[in-house]
Amino acid sequence: MGLSSLGLAVFNPDEKAIENLELGKVPVKRPNGRTQEEAEMEAKLKAEIFLNAHELATITILSDIIIPADKKSGSASQSGVTAFIEFIVKDKPELKTPMRGGLRWLDVESNKRFSKNFTELTPAQRLNIVDEIAYPGKTPKHLSQGESFFTLMRNLTATGFYTSKIGIADLDYKGNTPNQWNGVPDEVLKQYGLSYDA
Amino acid sequence: MINNSIYIKSQQEVFDVVIVGSGAGGGMAAHTLAKAGAKVCVLEAGQPFDPADPKDMTQMKWPYESLRRGSSSSLRNFGDFDAAYGGWDIEGEPYTRKEGTKFDWFRSRMVGGRTNHWGRISLRFGPDDFKRKSIDGLGDDWPIGYDDMKPFYDKVDKMIGVFGTNEGLRNNPDGYFLPPPKPRLHELMIKKANKALGIPTYPSRMSMLTKPINNERGQCFYCGQCNRGCSAYADFSSSSVLIKPAVNTGNTTVLPFAMAREVMTDPITGLATGVSYVHTGTMMEYSVKGKIVVLAASAGETARLLLNSKSSRFPNGIANSSGVVGKYINDSTGASRSAIIPSLFDRKRYNEDGVGGMHVYTPWWLDNAKLDFPRGYHIEYGGGMGMPNYGFGWGIEGLNGRENFTRDGIKKAAGGYGATLKEDYRRFYGAYVSFAGRGEPVPREDNYCEIDPSVVDKFGIPVLRFNYKWSDYEVKQAKHMQDTFEEIIHSMGGEAMGKKPGAENNYGLADPGRIIHEVGTARMGNDKKTSVLNSNCQAHDVKNLFVADAAPFVSQGDKNATWTILALSLRTSEYIIDQRKKGNL
Repeated sequence: MGLSSLGLAVFNPDEKAIENLELGKVPVKRPNGRTQEEAEMEAKLKAEIFLNAHELATITILSDIIIPADKKSGSASQSGVTAFIEFIVKDKPELKTPMRGGLRWLDVESNKRFSKNFTELTPAQRLNIVDEIAYPGKTPKHLSQGESFFTLMRNLTATGFYTSKIGIADLDYKGNTPNQWNGVPDEVLKQYGLSYDA
Repeated sequence: MINNSIYIKSQQEVFDVVIVGSGAGGGMAAHTLAKAGAKVCVLEAGQPFDPADPKDMTQMKWPYESLRRGSSSSLRNFGDFDAAYGGWDIEGEPYTRKEGTKFDWFRSRMVGGRTNHWGRISLRFGPDDFKRKSIDGLGDDWPIGYDDMKPFYDKVDKMIGVFGTNEGLRNNPDGYFLPPPKPRLHELMIKKANKALGIPTYPSRMSMLTKPINNERGQCFYCGQCNRGCSAYADFSSSSVLIKPAVNTGNTTVLPFAMAREVMTDPITGLATGVSYVHTGTMMEYSVKGKIVVLAASAGETARLLLNSKSSRFPNGIANSSGVVGKYINDSTGASRSAIIPSLFDRKRYNEDGVGGMHVYTPWWLDNAKLDFPRGYHIEYGGGMGMPNYGFGWGIEGLNGRENFTRDGIKKAAGGYGATLKEDYRRFYGAYVSFAGRGEPVPREDNYCEIDPSVVDKFGIPVLRFNYKWSDYEVKQAKHMQDTFEEIIHSMGGEAMGKKPGAENNYGLADPGRIIHEVGTARMGNDKKTSVLNSNCQAHDVKNLFVADAAPFVSQGDKNATWTILALSLRTSEYIIDQRKKGNL
């Protein structure tokens, strides 16, 4: 229960008064862990459409090139990276143009080389382009904008993947659970030649 | 419709004490006074907050439970789970800066204020911190000393709970400590590196309950998420630890959404009679009467309130016959650096969340008389296998192409994609460490906040305008921090990240306000011409007006302010009780 339920604000307008201000507006339900203001901001962002189906399909393919499934874990798209990027470019509007423009740059480059959009290329044709923009410092000069875009995609893909359920399990993060901290495990202390007595 | 007629509603009840602000200072005052039987009213500009209420709770949430994966937003500047409603910029509540100066102002609009998300670093000031002018002639002495404060620090330690160790350090005094958590792996490595360099490393002193201290609060369960607020009330926040029990006495009324406008005064006696406020939701105007008024709205807001409380009797603002209100504002210095420790690559996984923040720290260890800057700093350490968050993996192209950063030692191309890239993220996880210096500035009369002559907020309240510049003292201190960080990094066998900050950017010295330790806007003193408050934090000009936040600070030491805010507010509150008993108030 909130402090407002602890018997305070007895003679003053409380949260109800705030709620009543929302007259004429479709009320946005406040989910746990969000303020009313946040709930409204997020509802608005979720309703906004920015990236289109073709752009999202391209993002899905690229993100799976960056983080494919391997022996240990699934792929970027399996972890929900596409939906994450769809949201985050709306939430951080400074990402909108780099993302949209970068995707178009990629399609233009695909068409120059193979007369098709990136999504229609064969896996080998896709890597023909990706290999030239994925390694900063080795990028042919005329493709430098492609390198910037791919770096942005790598960053967003990695962040989206490793903050997902699949990605957190891949990293083997052990925390976010109640426990008693008793110090570094003995075998780890030994490995590093450290001790608590020093 | 609302707002067509704002009308002023006056409470009939006269409270013993009206307190503005529910953070560390206001919470302690409310708690102390209500327990002593006073009828207390606390005005809080923000909304209610209880970290154990599922509506407010963010503790134990996973990054994927946030649409933005824990990233910051305009409404939560320290990340989507952080317990600070408000931030550097609040819509409709601007502040300004004088041309050519900088100051950023962080405000939390919620019960408990900024104590809900703070770092819980709980350092008492030492004897020297109260007497800097006597030591080197710079700044001013406090009108009180460590001996005056020690009993109150002791009480705060026992009442609130703080872990640490007694080390017998003269200017970092011993206290009543709960057992500290053992250092994490990277903290042991830092300790070893520091030992070789002659830099001391001690268990940190922070207000989490590593052992239960009463039946109202639980014990720390080591999730490392104190900044989200603790549902077990196992860390200190004013909302959970002070306001809640103050309300439970039945003597405290907390009014959320109450933005204080002015301290009201009796034109004949000049005494404070209460506080007028606007309800931030309904925009209705109210006032609440009190026999005593305690301002604890934060150093900035308290100064603003004093300066805005003008009348024919107080043309420069209440309690401001000295003209000192707003002057001497000072924030901690801050500079930081991070590094990668290759020996931590591919480390064994285990849960090392620990308490929220560092398990070890370095208090100031050198003698300023032998250095080219007059004040010290302490070092805070970060690192470990924390919960991944927005930003994880960002910039790997700056790491995975480096010599000796691959598993087989063979240099490979930076960036990349695919299965080998996934290997890189796994390898680097938990190999970061970070260093942050937090130091003492020299307070200056020409660093100040004042009322902007032309700007008001959405409530029509004139806003603060800041005028703040660092001096050479602080810049040189930041340079020393950077040199020290590099020494430690090298001693650990690590590689510092990014270019070393240099003279071109003040050695990474954070802009004023960024460390969120602003103090000193209504300083204490024995001379009413050069200070706002007397040695009991009572206004020289208005005997029933007190200040209980960091505004009374004459200086801030190389310590964080909160423990001293708490101890000073407790001391002030006990003085109020004593004076009431004696009939002087």
